[in-house]
Amino acid sequence: MATLIFILSAAALLQFFISYCRSLIAASIKQPLSAEVRDVTGIPNTASGEDFARVIQLLDLCPERPEERGRIRAINAYFRLLNVVRSTLARVIPALVTWTEMERGQCTYFAAVTLDRRIAFSRDMLAQQLDA
Amino acid sequence: MPGSIGYTIWVLGSLLEVCVVVSAIAKHSFRRYLCLNIYMLFSFLISLGRYYAFNHFGLRSSEYKYFYFYSDAVLTIFLYLALITLYLHVFDEMKVEKYVRLTAVLLLVGTVLFSYGVVQQSQNKMLTGAFFAELSQNLYFVGLVLTYILWGAILKLRETRTQLIQLVLSLGIYFSAFAATFALGNMFPNFQFFGYVVPVFGCLLPLAWAYAFWRLAPDARMAPARLAVVPR
Repeated sequence: MATLIFILSAAALLQFFISYCRSLIAASIKQPLSAEVRDVTGIPNTASGEDFARVIQLLDLCPERPEERGRIRAINAYFRLLNVVRSTLARVIPALVTWTEMERGQCTYFAAVTLDRRIAFSRDMLAQQLDA
Repeated sequence: MPGSIGYTIWVLGSLLEVCVVVSAIAKHSFRRYLCLNIYMLFSFLISLGRYYAFNHFGLRSSEYKYFYFYSDAVLTIFLYLALITLYLHVFDEMKVEKYVRLTAVLLLVGTVLFSYGVVQQSQNKMLTGAFFAELSQNLYFVGLVLTYILWGAILKLRETRTQLIQLVLSLGIYFSAFAATFALGNMFPNFQFFGYVVPVFGCLLPLAWAYAFWRLAPDARMAPARLAVVPR
């Protein structure tokens, strides 16, 4: 009985986690990227999963906003999960390749939008310091 | 859960619970999600009570154990009620409030009776404590099933309120993580690791709710098609 409950709960946890991450991404997907971030990240209109690590490295260079920490960790975990799916299940089910690629690209876009916000935040902080 | 790590998780969880209520008040969502906020407030007060019992009687005392299990059962019932209010939000326009409340009460009574039956059949001498522990576990599983049904309803009804969606999804993660941990605990009773995992999961719910109240506008909307794991 405990094994059955564990399997069901783990499956539900996975599904809720994926949906939660998608809802976080969906909230930022409508936001356009500034020309500056497009230049820095090299992302034209659609982001690719291959750029994710680079965008995260750029994010680490900017001062962190505390309210974003949890979301970035969640998306990072989601991206890793997608990588696992791509290198395991997607080899057996080819339809998953397209899906994981799309999702990985959206994770990158989310990270780029966060980078955009961080740059704006840093600029505001600098302006405040100059004013003071 | 003794030790500095345990204390840190405990304090962090309690602070996050306060953060949820403060965020909801600051962003004018307190009354809209009254039951969720009362649950968080109550959870914070119980954390203080547990700390008092822990300090005065010790971790292994029967006073602390009883307080822990009773308060956990009461908290789980509160969370169950909070989940039902989320149902009322989702089915708001369908005017089925009466039926939702009736079903919720029947399900709660059924879970209490089932838990009582399970405990009575066992040879456990701490009958009351065992009953509350059993009730908590069963309510977590019922909560998980109900959240899953609610999530299905959100997708089917094409609910677009971002804040409501994130509140439900984080509750789903919380319930399923707890149900999975309880099940693992039953499968491997001697594994000490769960003593830390449960409180860490306990921090995730207030963290996600605080974010939802603080960052998302109550009227923010999203395309429901973006939420389904299988693209629509």
